[in-house]
Amino acid sequence: MEWSFLLVQALSGLASASSLFVIASGLTIVFGVTRIVNFAHGSFYMLGAYVAVTLVPWLLEFDRSPWLFFAGVLVSAVVVGLFGVLMEVTLLRRIYRVPELFQLLATFGVVLIVQDLVLLAWGPVDIPGPRAPGLRHGVYILDQRFPAYELFLIFVGPAVLALLWLLMHRTRFGVLIRAATQDREMVGALGVNQAMLFTGTLFLGAALAGLGGALQIPRVSANPQMDLSVITEAFVVTVIGGMGSVPGAFLAALLIGQLQAFGVLVFPKITLVLVFLLMAAVLVVKPWGLLGRPEAAAGRAVLPEGILDPRPLDLAGKLLAAVALLGVLALPLLDAYAVKVGTEVLVLALAAFSLNFLVGNGGIVSFGHAAYFGLGAYGAGLLVTRAGLPMEPALVAAPIVGGASAALFGFFVVRLSGIYLAMLTLAFAQIAYAVVFQWVEVTGGDNGLVGVWPSAWAASREAYHYLTAAVTVAAIVFLRRVIHAPFGATLRAARDSAQRADAIGVDVRMHRWLGFTLAGAAAGLAGGLYAFSKGSIDPTLLGIPLSVDFLSMILLGGIQSVLGSIAGAAAFHAVKDFFMPLTDHWRLFLGLSIIAMVLIFPRGLAGAWASLRGRAA
Amino acid sequence: MTLLSADGLTKRFGGVLAAKDVSFALNAGEMLAIIGPNGAGKSTTFNMVGGQLKPDGGRVTLAGHDITGMPPREVCRLGVGRTFQVAQTFLSFSVLGNVQMALIAHHGQTRRLLAEASAMHREAALALLDRVGMAAQAGRPIGELAYGDVKRVELAIALAAAPRLLLMDEPTAGMAPAERASLMALVSAIAQREGIGVLFTEHDMDAVFAHADRILVLVRGEIIARGTPEEVRADPEVQRVYLGHSGTRAAARARRAAHG
Repeated sequence: MEWSFLLVQALSGLASASSLFVIASGLTIVFGVTRIVNFAHGSFYMLGAYVAVTLVPWLLEFDRSPWLFFAGVLVSAVVVGLFGVLMEVTLLRRIYRVPELFQLLATFGVVLIVQDLVLLAWGPVDIPGPRAPGLRHGVYILDQRFPAYELFLIFVGPAVLALLWLLMHRTRFGVLIRAATQDREMVGALGVNQAMLFTGTLFLGAALAGLGGALQIPRVSANPQMDLSVITEAFVVTVIGGMGSVPGAFLAALLIGQLQAFGVLVFPKITLVLVFLLMAAVLVVKPWGLLGRPEAAAGRAVLPEGILDPRPLDLAGKLLAAVALLGVLALPLLDAYAVKVGTEVLVLALAAFSLNFLVGNGGIVSFGHAAYFGLGAYGAGLLVTRAGLPMEPALVAAPIVGGASAALFGFFVVRLSGIYLAMLTLAFAQIAYAVVFQWVEVTGGDNGLVGVWPSAWAASREAYHYLTAAVTVAAIVFLRRVIHAPFGATLRAARDSAQRADAIGVDVRMHRWLGFTLAGAAAGLAGGLYAFSKGSIDPTLLGIPLSVDFLSMILLGGIQSVLGSIAGAAAFHAVKDFFMPLTDHWRLFLGLSIIAMVLIFPRGLAGAWASLRGRAA
Repeated sequence: MTLLSADGLTKRFGGVLAAKDVSFALNAGEMLAIIGPNGAGKSTTFNMVGGQLKPDGGRVTLAGHDITGMPPREVCRLGVGRTFQVAQTFLSFSVLGNVQMALIAHHGQTRRLLAEASAMHREAALALLDRVGMAAQAGRPIGELAYGDVKRVELAIALAAAPRLLLMDEPTAGMAPAERASLMALVSAIAQREGIGVLFTEHDMDAVFAHADRILVLVRGEIIARGTPEEVRADPEVQRVYLGHSGTRAAARARRAAHG
């Protein structure tokens, strides 16, 4: 390889690092002040691109000058900043005090809403942007042609860093941002107008995301998938850099830009995996990222959000469980459609239950639980389609695959806590997704695998329904037993006070790891059952949207309830199944429902059931 | 016999020498207090003994076992119970459940998947709660208790490991004066009756001088005095650096005023 080629590769790495930093800096500033991990940051980025591809060509009609191009880009950023203000005033303000899982979900609701609104406003077709006047040519660097716009982008990142530094150190607003990042309570106690500070921060953060998006238009067409693809990268950058640290984000963006630029030469297909491996490695050595600080010390005496003291079922609970079980068994008396939905609900109920085993019982907020569900499905599906095995061994393999991958990822995950843990589970899920998506020869890539059918004896819908019922009910009863058993209690104890658990002789990390593995195995089993109920599998089974569905189910069911997630899965799936065919805007509907759930229904169905029965929920 | 010995413990945080060549020994049934002004290195020393911090130099031995740098869970299994400056309990559990959990851990049963946790070690847990005078509150959620009572439950949790040594970091911090005296009397009675060694740090001088058999005075990471309460009280160096001449006189005046 020639030096000139390597140099150009490094330069293009710098250019993408620059873009990544502009976006990630906004995310990290918003997190620092509000302690909210804003999923919708990717939506702001997408909006920035869409506003710019609309506004900039209109401006260039007047005069094709570079100044108008950049004025258009800046105005787009400001417009997106105003969207940030809107989001802060209407939503974030109401959820600063709710548990972080709810915050993540609520901001994901915004992602869904924006996706639908963008489709409404701009349609599903990619919109190419204009090229920047004056920067359309190539520059020759050691005989290699390099686009001038990329060269320009290289300088944007350091310029934004310098401006942010000035803002943070030379203005009152910036000093307040830094102060709030270090100690939010103290800033409040000093009488600072928090509402203004938070609104201003959201403006700044969203505008940076919008700027990042608007600057991309000469390179990429505006498209409706931009939000989720950029948000994962931005998360990775902020997590590696240390959440809340702007210089950390800069450092991390540089690292990742170079890793991608050179990784693509060595492992062209798995650069995403390289990036996540870097993140895992950094977090194992420095759990708070390169330049991050540990989260505020625990020791506050607050009740954990989750399962408290599980009690045996009372009479009403037993009756409810019996009715539900009878309903499941009686479904084949109704039509075939009811059986299909019933089978799906059972499978999802097991997946949701296994997630709440982690979230509600262990305080381990996994944002990528679909990975283990999907890997279980692929494990079973590959054995049937590629190895020619029948259903029975494939269903045995599904929990083994789910559990083994959870054990592998969990080994890193349980070293972290809180938001870093959630981000790492998300990252691992994206790795699994990328592998399944890109390993076309084995997994069939985007098309997935077809022909995953049950054995002859279970081939009818009814027979498969009863098989699913037997397996899922047995698995749920077992997991419930574990919650009541010493192992479940130990996970709760470690959640309540890791320090105390350690001091009574509990190996906290080991128990959390075993718990993560068990939950992964249960999710894998559910995935295997799902594969045979559909006859086909595809990568969406590992995707973020399905992970969010699972989280919505347990939230709807009530994460402080042992059995609530079953009801949550049933209600969520029934509603989704009913509404999705009726409307083109189910994302909008789902997003609004998630937000409504977080705002007005935070204890879920189980909470409503408890208050209905006159107990304090 | 010597239960715990620390030899030349040293810990550095960046440029700050938090503990410098700290050595002491503690016998079974003895109560040893570490006192000193804020930032003297009491908690650092304490955490090096309990396994929460790894010393940069020196050795900790428990009944002849080298426990230097062992994680807290292993230190616990060798018979060390611990309470924290801010009480650490399992907030979602009942009072009884907290002690049951400690017993489950002590018996190495935390990986059982099928047993009913709430039915295990009930009698033993109630007996422990009885020893600290909390049996009547067994069924309540621990979050409902007054702080002094939480500290008692924490003591019962620490005793569940059948410890030979109790480490208590400011056992009476945050408690009302009457509660303090009774908690310290309780600890001292248990220590004497069962031959448990107690290492504690404390800011409340009444508690220290009333219950400690011996006292170490730590200032800026170094032991400047050691001995019985009488010896330490009379030590001119301690008076100068820690209690202070004016402080001693003020304390004496305050005591005369309070007792008429």
